Amino acid sequence: MQEALRFLTPGAEPVESPDFLEQARLARGAPEAASRGLPLTIRGLRKSFGDNEVLRGIDLHIPAGQFVAIVGRSGCGKSTLLRLVAGLEAIDAGSLGFGEAARPEDVRVMFQEPRLLPWARVKSNVEVGLGRARKLPDAQLRAESALAEVGLADKRDQWPAVLSGGQKQRVALARALVSRPRLLAFDEPLGALDALTRISMQRLLEQVWRDQGFTAILVTHDVSEAVALADRVLVIEDGRIAHDIHVDIARPRRRGSADLAALEGSILRELLQSAGEPLEV
Amino acid sequence: MSLVEILPRVRKWRLPRADGFIPWIVPLAIILIWQVACVSGFVPPRVLPAPSDVALAGWKLARSGELERNIWVSFWRASIGFIIGGGIGFAFGLANGLSQLSSKLTDTTLQMVRNIPHLALIPLVILWFGIDESAKLFLVALGVFFPIYLNTLHGIRTVDPQLIEMGRIYGMSDGELFRRVIFPGALPSIFVGIRFALGIMWLTLIVAETIAASSGLGYMAMQAREFMLIDVVVLSILIYALLGKLADSASRALERLTLSWHPAFQK
Repeated sequence: MQEALRFLTPGAEPVESPDFLEQARLARGAPEAASRGLPLTIRGLRKSFGDNEVLRGIDLHIPAGQFVAIVGRSGCGKSTLLRLVAGLEAIDAGSLGFGEAARPEDVRVMFQEPRLLPWARVKSNVEVGLGRARKLPDAQLRAESALAEVGLADKRDQWPAVLSGGQKQRVALARALVSRPRLLAFDEPLGALDALTRISMQRLLEQVWRDQGFTAILVTHDVSEAVALADRVLVIEDGRIAHDIHVDIARPRRRGSADLAALEGSILRELLQSAGEPLEV
Repeated sequence: MSLVEILPRVRKWRLPRADGFIPWIVPLAIILIWQVACVSGFVPPRVLPAPSDVALAGWKLARSGELERNIWVSFWRASIGFIIGGGIGFAFGLANGLSQLSSKLTDTTLQMVRNIPHLALIPLVILWFGIDESAKLFLVALGVFFPIYLNTLHGIRTVDPQLIEMGRIYGMSDGELFRRVIFPGALPSIFVGIRFALGIMWLTLIVAETIAASSGLGYMAMQAREFMLIDVVVLSILIYALLGKLADSASRALERLTLSWHPAFQK
């Protein structure tokens, strides 16, 4: 499977799976203890919806602080995997562990829709993200600093109805960040945005990740987004991890650069080929 | 200050007042036409008294204190009936919206009772309750119950499930989820129910007061009918219209206050 991929860049290396220690070694280089992020270990994960077996045995280790992108065709199970990690669905078989005791505030999700409460002002919406710490006196201050991080400090007293789509997603991001999570799951968060907003949001995501050091898991259908942002790209096919590609291109990554484009091309070719569609991409 | 400086300011100041005046243009025009039609003899006085006669009758009743007393009694009956019926309807709407068990137990029964026209129950109500206050309160409460029950139920059932999921993920307890997500989400529908219920409340009260009463606006209208005081009858009708409009305005003001976040209310 891995051999079928022809990688043109020396930086992108296929990884034998499941080899958790090897994967951990190829991770960002910083020792796990120093990173704020949560490591994630999944063994033999299975999930079915009725007769439909969506995930057929996932084995995966994500070291703390890594940025992982999950790509695949529609219906391949990538969103399901994310929802299992976020605790939104129940596991049928296998195990999913965060390596150490994880509090509910440590794992946050960002969805494709902003999911803001229309009847609460932007500041209140961000305070929702604090969880139980909402009642503490410093809640408002933390909410405002989270809004400042995403560049929306001046909108704190507005109703969500007056914001644009991109601004709403930024508020949702602030809400996800305000509790200083150690693992952030993104379920196609930029899918509903226009192309230019998407690019600026990608930059914002990367910047926030570098500043705060949480483990990031991004599910996306956009392969170029995946290679631009992630340390590692997982390709899911038929409920299994088909490819586990390490992206060793230095940050900051230039859009449209040859090595990014080549990597994207090879992943796309693999995705399309597996579905029997033309190889020329 | 020169005229040029004053005029724009005056113009801006007058516009909001004009805005509030516009809805009343049509009713005032109708009254004007009516007055002209009666005074000119086009409409005979025994068919429809002129607005001036109606106003005079109103003035006489106000001076004797009768008008104020009757309006107050009607208002009290309507309010209490609304609070009782609305309160029970709201409670059932919440219960059936939030709990599957409650819904399965009670919804079918309520739907069956809903389809009985409550005004048709008046003879039965008189038998059960007699002709004192409780009969009228029961009728008003029954009429008010269903719009509020149905709309509260609908409001709760149609809260965006994505928002509920978001609330759960961000660690909201059941109580918080209700207070911050479910109830505000259901509020627009609840207000629709309230406005419907207010209309039914007046209707029920008018009828209940003509059947068996010794005070209130309906009683006043009925007495006027007995003694052929057409102007008092017309006066009562106008008062009902005004009170209905007042209740609606109050409801809309409350709506504007609590629903200012809604895109439809953004100016």
